[in-house]
Amino acid sequence: MSVLTEKVMMRDWARAGQNTLSVYKQHGGYAQAKKALELSPPQIIDEVKKSQLRGRGGAGFPTGLKWSFVPSIDKNPKPRYLAINADESEPGTAKDRFILENDPHLLLEGIAIACYALNAHTCYIYSRGEFKYPSSVLDKAIADAYADGIFGKKLLGKDFELNVYQVRGAGAYICGEETALLESLEGKKGWPRLKPPFPAVVGLFGCPTVVNNVETIAALPRIFEKGAQWFSDLGLGKSGGTRLVTLSGTVNQPGTYEVAMNTTMKELIFEKEYGNGLPEGRSVKAVIPGGSSAPVLTADELDVKLEFDAFKPLQSMAGSGGIIVMDDTTCMVRCLWRVARFYAEESCGQCTPCREGQPWMTRLLRKIEEGRGTEEDLETLTNVAQAIAPWPPIGLGNTICALGDAGALPVQSFVQKFKKDFLDHISLKRCPYGDKPWGALGEFR
Amino acid sequence: MNRERDLGTKPTGSAEQVKLTVDGREVTVPKGTSVLAAASLAGLQIPKLCATDSLEAFGSCRLCLVEIDGRRGTPASCTTPAEAGMVVHTQTPRLLALRRGVMELYVSDHPLDCLTCSANGDCELQDVAGAVGLREVRYGNDGEQHRTAPKDESNPYFTFDSSKCIVCSRCVRACEEVQGTFALTIEGRGLSSKVATGTDDFLSSECVSCGACVQACPTATLNEKSVITLGTPTEAVETTCAYCGVGCGFRAETQGERVVRMVPSKRGQANEGHSCVKGRFAWGYATHQDRVKKPMIRARITDPWREVSWDEAFAHAAAEFRRIQASHGVDAIGGITSSRCTNEEVFLVQKLVRAGFHNNNVDTCARVCHSPTGYGLKQTFGTSAGTQDFRSVAQADVVLLIGANPTEAHPVFASRLKRRLREGAKLIVADPRRIELVRTPHVEASHHLALKPGTNVALINALAHVVVTEGLVKERYVQERCEPKDFESWARFIAEAKNSPEAMEAHTGVPAADVRAAARLYATAKNAAIYYGLGVTEHSQGSTMVMGMANLAMATGNVGRDGVGVNPLRGQNNVQGSCDMGSFPHELSGYRHVSDDATRELFEGLWNAPLSKEPGLRIPNMLDEAVGGRFKGLYVQGEDIAQSDPNTQHVVAGLEAMECVIVHDLFLNETAKYAHVFFPGSSFLEKDGTFTNAERRISRVRKVMAPLAGLADWEVTQGFARALGLPWSYQHPSEVMEEIAVLTPTFTGVSYERLDQLGSVQWPCNDKAPTGTPIMHVDRFVRGKGRFMLTEFIPTLEKSGPRFPLLLTTGRILSQYNVGAQTARTDNVTWHAEDVLEVHPFDAENRGLKTGDLVLLQSRAGETTLRAVVTEKVQPGVVYTTFHHAKTAANVVTTDYSDWATNCPEYKVTAVQVSRASEAAAFQQEDRRRDVALRQVAPGAVHASK
Repeated sequence: MSVLTEKVMMRDWARAGQNTLSVYKQHGGYAQAKKALELSPPQIIDEVKKSQLRGRGGAGFPTGLKWSFVPSIDKNPKPRYLAINADESEPGTAKDRFILENDPHLLLEGIAIACYALNAHTCYIYSRGEFKYPSSVLDKAIADAYADGIFGKKLLGKDFELNVYQVRGAGAYICGEETALLESLEGKKGWPRLKPPFPAVVGLFGCPTVVNNVETIAALPRIFEKGAQWFSDLGLGKSGGTRLVTLSGTVNQPGTYEVAMNTTMKELIFEKEYGNGLPEGRSVKAVIPGGSSAPVLTADELDVKLEFDAFKPLQSMAGSGGIIVMDDTTCMVRCLWRVARFYAEESCGQCTPCREGQPWMTRLLRKIEEGRGTEEDLETLTNVAQAIAPWPPIGLGNTICALGDAGALPVQSFVQKFKKDFLDHISLKRCPYGDKPWGALGEFR
Repeated sequence: MNRERDLGTKPTGSAEQVKLTVDGREVTVPKGTSVLAAASLAGLQIPKLCATDSLEAFGSCRLCLVEIDGRRGTPASCTTPAEAGMVVHTQTPRLLALRRGVMELYVSDHPLDCLTCSANGDCELQDVAGAVGLREVRYGNDGEQHRTAPKDESNPYFTFDSSKCIVCSRCVRACEEVQGTFALTIEGRGLSSKVATGTDDFLSSECVSCGACVQACPTATLNEKSVITLGTPTEAVETTCAYCGVGCGFRAETQGERVVRMVPSKRGQANEGHSCVKGRFAWGYATHQDRVKKPMIRARITDPWREVSWDEAFAHAAAEFRRIQASHGVDAIGGITSSRCTNEEVFLVQKLVRAGFHNNNVDTCARVCHSPTGYGLKQTFGTSAGTQDFRSVAQADVVLLIGANPTEAHPVFASRLKRRLREGAKLIVADPRRIELVRTPHVEASHHLALKPGTNVALINALAHVVVTEGLVKERYVQERCEPKDFESWARFIAEAKNSPEAMEAHTGVPAADVRAAARLYATAKNAAIYYGLGVTEHSQGSTMVMGMANLAMATGNVGRDGVGVNPLRGQNNVQGSCDMGSFPHELSGYRHVSDDATRELFEGLWNAPLSKEPGLRIPNMLDEAVGGRFKGLYVQGEDIAQSDPNTQHVVAGLEAMECVIVHDLFLNETAKYAHVFFPGSSFLEKDGTFTNAERRISRVRKVMAPLAGLADWEVTQGFARALGLPWSYQHPSEVMEEIAVLTPTFTGVSYERLDQLGSVQWPCNDKAPTGTPIMHVDRFVRGKGRFMLTEFIPTLEKSGPRFPLLLTTGRILSQYNVGAQTARTDNVTWHAEDVLEVHPFDAENRGLKTGDLVLLQSRAGETTLRAVVTEKVQPGVVYTTFHHAKTAANVVTTDYSDWATNCPEYKVTAVQVSRASEAAAFQQEDRRRDVALRQVAPGAVHASK
């Protein structure tokens, strides 16, 4: 069994006043950044590479490698930027907000390290518009850090200017996509950009930019506290460190947990430290493993480890760690309809397949759920999804950004893996789950 | 109708070539070319909707997906650069399924009214539906739809029908990338996405009606009203716009002789597929009912006009002119050429004067606009023309814009300039007014040097003073390229303390620190370019100022390569050409002085007529002489001097004193009120010829329809010449160009064949430069060494004082053109129905004025009334108006002061007083009273297309 015995990221969350600078500093805060700043920027990047830290925003891209894509200053003399993606909007995901609320200086300390390593003198933290409270905590933390001389003309007393700003989003899911985020930061409509060029080369205001998730950057002080090797050893395979996951759905103890990379999905759902199982008499029907855009898993696929690469053979992904458990009395059509509505609502409208296709998938799902659907509708539904992103997934859809995939892949996976639910709706001409389509979750609420 | 070819993505400038295979065809393309364009070059059509080669690749319609060997997925070909050895498949079952899927989605929310749709047959959505074999749409009609969205018909020229929109963003991107106005956006998200203006409709928005969005639209969503009314065009003729000096290339799209729409041509090298509201939409004047279609004569101006045959009109006019010459001398008649007519027509008018009138009394409307440019640039560089092509601005790092307002007067150039500024080039604006370019979306001038009207030379001297005294002179360039002695004396002069920004501040009102910063910015740029307009030339020191700019450019090494130069933005379509063609009283074509025996002999030989070696009269001199009783006959082609020239009352007095005034024009204009013979003119759509734009580019004008009055303007001049006994027998304007080429060293390589072949050509075009000269003075100045000229600032005599405490300056507005002869007869009056007077709030407050008040504008020359607009665009002490509408008669107020060298009127500075008025000024009332009487046509005559 692999339950994490010692928390790494959540280590200090329970400490009273941890989100204030004074308490943070009392317990060694900003010491790791000071230590890191003794190194040269290439040395820091090497350490991050060695740590096997991977992006916690969804794609799991190796952080050190991403940083190394920024061209050298003699090749591109423009300013560099660090943008922190705190636009945590993936349904089922609530981890970054808790870092902001409970340990904001951990993020800021990570920013100090990252900016120094990247030679970036400006960092923007793009936080989700709805994060009223987390944003207020972060604002205070930034202001305190400036007042304390951590940021500003001299970063931690070193001859290196660093300015950190928080920018609030306005409630669009698409702005969590890194290039839409950059557009939004520039004051434009949040429309994803064509790639290449990637942000590391042409990013914010046309300058080299690294976009990292909150959890990713918050891991940096830990890496410099105990060493890259230690961090790498904590993990599994090519994934260093631990992960924060958000467990929701029909489990007895939903919540945000820190898990080891070799913790399995089953352990997360059933161990008493974590989900503590399902309510009496219920069994797992399906699990969304990485936010609602991640293809769904069946009850037979729960031995998967929560490490990033482990989901590939299951044609799914670790995503943003938003894990949603559905029990045996859940209507998969109703669930998918709800998911589809979200992506139709949040499609930015730039590419045709996504703009027009997501609403049509929603309508077809509604039709099936309401007992008006036919087998042709089911075929049309998969056709539309297929036009947006191919199944099995190849990591590359037919749209400019991954929002198309995010809406289409759940449809494909739900229909593939739970076809019976769909066919039952069609043959019965009604929802077999009647007025309790949400399974035990309905009773919970 | 065949559309202009659309490669889908912009061409790349790369010289490196790559070879790839598309559907089994090998094709070699410049590196960086998209796979979409490569396929098109290979003769293959990949379906596309959001891509068009005037815009950056966008990649949103997902129709141009392709499969590439060795690559995952189905990348969009518009955003995938072609690479060497690439093997691309554009038609596979997988791609067909994907494309059909996308088309099915599009069509699920599109009204299927193709047969009655105005874009039927001219719709890319329709084309692609056909190409992918769309046969069914499986989605129902429930859910959110756009089919009932209301149609916006507010713009007079095009409609916006949201129900047909496929949200490809081409309009939004065209507004941003091509025009640079940023009036459009996609509002909402997902399926709610829709094109919006940010206001209620197009007309009330920031839209400047350039039509780039209409052109970019692949469906009927944005469609010309003329197409909705008339149907899709069937033929197209390539021609050149007859409005401003940008000289945009157009396709006149027609049904037979009827123009359906004007579409800017991508082959047009001045505009590269863009245009403004005038060129694209305001062509209706050509068939306006006011067009005069029969020649007319009358004995006295108070008589009604009598329609006659062409022969009678020619005979009458010739007899009158010969009679006048017999009784008042050879020099008692003259002619005025038109900058709106073709080179060939201008050439013939000046030939008529020199060879037929036997004097040199010929002048052109350039007299009142850019004559100082010709003079100043000739003195310093050796050529009376701008140094660059328009494309050059894309290489400029700093642009110094003086006395020009491109977004209003040269909009297509302004779009180029704004594009460059958005790329990061810096802008310095020197203008008394806060013009749009001082601050507009994504453009902000680094410096706005808001000088007092009439102090240009003080400013340019101050800028040069900084360059010289702060060691910013490009010594090596000056040593190698310029006359050393002239430079030394200039440098000594300019370094004098009186020329310092601090000393000049008293005159210009511009803080010395701003001038110093601007001078440093200009002088230290890699490429710095000067662009200027009539705000430079129309001053008592207009020529001095032109030379001052040339000095500054030479001192900083900014002449003779891409991205730099001294560039006049010329007003009228062919003002450069009319000057080139020998319209000035002292110069034969190619700017050669009439006193030069060799040149004159060349002409005399070919024309078989003796030529006078004495320079003739300039326009103002002709009018003065007329008032004095010594000048009696005038042939005016295509110019309305009674409205456009300064001091209207003096002009009218001159005209009234003449015995025979021949007006050759499209309309019975203001000048025609004082005419005795009227030759009906032909518009640019009715004839062949060439125009030469501000970049010396000679472009073809091609006949689209027969002349409404039967004869093209060149034929009219020829008929008049023959009646005077000249043995002319040109069969086609191309023969006139052949004559020009023989007689003019800078034109020897120009012929209609070459123009057809190259599209257009910039003079000099001769053996040394067979394909023309985009940039002048590259290795050496035309005159050899560049010559610095001393430019002492001498304040104008026109000063504000107790009686006339304000300074009036005049200018133009986007929707109207010159005296409004054309634009005021189109729906462009929607935007500017009358001229207004801009007054600063401070001056308005003092006079108790508010926006909309009728005000009396008085100067020592005259007075007029118009409505006031209170705005901070003007500085305190300065008022501003336009002169587009005859009823405003703004030039009643302007004075007879003019440039010392060329007599170009000082339109830009007039001391005035402004007060509230309750009725029209006396001149206006008198003019209105006489207007009817002086324009009467005898009963029974039918001259209009009723």
